[in-house]
Amino acid sequence: MSSIPYTVEERPDTGLTNAKLGIWIFLASEVMLFGGLFSAYVFLRMAAPAGDFEYWGNKLSVPMATVNTLVLISSSVTVIMSWASLKLKDFEKYKLYMGLTLLCSFIFLVIKYFEYTGKFHHGIFPSSSTFMGIYFTITGLHGLHIIGGIIVMGYMWLPVGSKMWKTNPEMFTNRVEVAGLYWHFVDLVWIFLFPILYLL
Amino acid sequence: MSNNEQEHIQEHIKVYLNVFGALAILTVVTVAVSYLEVSTVEGVMLALAIASVKASLVAGYFMHLISEKQTIIWILALTFVFFLVLMFVPLIAVTDNTGLY
Repeated sequence: MSSIPYTVEERPDTGLTNAKLGIWIFLASEVMLFGGLFSAYVFLRMAAPAGDFEYWGNKLSVPMATVNTLVLISSSVTVIMSWASLKLKDFEKYKLYMGLTLLCSFIFLVIKYFEYTGKFHHGIFPSSSTFMGIYFTITGLHGLHIIGGIIVMGYMWLPVGSKMWKTNPEMFTNRVEVAGLYWHFVDLVWIFLFPILYLL
Repeated sequence: MSNNEQEHIQEHIKVYLNVFGALAILTVVTVAVSYLEVSTVEGVMLALAIASVKASLVAGYFMHLISEKQTIIWILALTFVFFLVLMFVPLIAVTDNTGLY
């Protein structure tokens, strides 16, 4: 079976495994994707009538978003602890920490669900204002990233994906590291989203 | 795995937990300063400064950028340049003489 080279050993010219170089290039493209939307936010805010963004922004729930920020930061720690556990050859701990990461990501989505539906109940939709348009677009895209992370990390947590630990532990550890890098990025985007949308 | 490497990972874990504490505290600080009576510009600067510190902690320690290979550093440096270009695009609106801004 032909397979992707340099999944375990480092490629001599880059000094990296292919997976790690790949995820960083992907994350670079993600910076531009979210960067474009941040830029759109700045543009829209500059053009908005004075006080408009503040008025609509005040309708968002700061406590809910604060809890979500803490949940996402916690999940960033647990995902890196799951990788560190594999480095220490402790598969049970890996299962525990990866399970906690998945739990945190579900909690984030549930809170986000209540936030969204709370707005809908009050008749607030993306079409309600420019602020709500960009708010739902950016947080919606971020939410899709959370779902993407759940799918990948869920696969690695369930036996279907984690059985690789028995056949190729080093490659499995690298997979978890790469998924973790993606997850930290999702956390990183939220770190900026939180003050920009909820607090300013 | 050698004992040396195990100790190395254990040290890393301590750093991760410290960073977690710092991130949690900074999140509370972010919310607290949003209640300060400052101008919008000052508020934006303060919020972005704290967010940048938090982002640096995540990128530096959780994503291991402080000890990462040069290849990745260069990719990110290039990305940052293009990101800045994106951020300055809205300024074109100020200079296009429509009289709206």
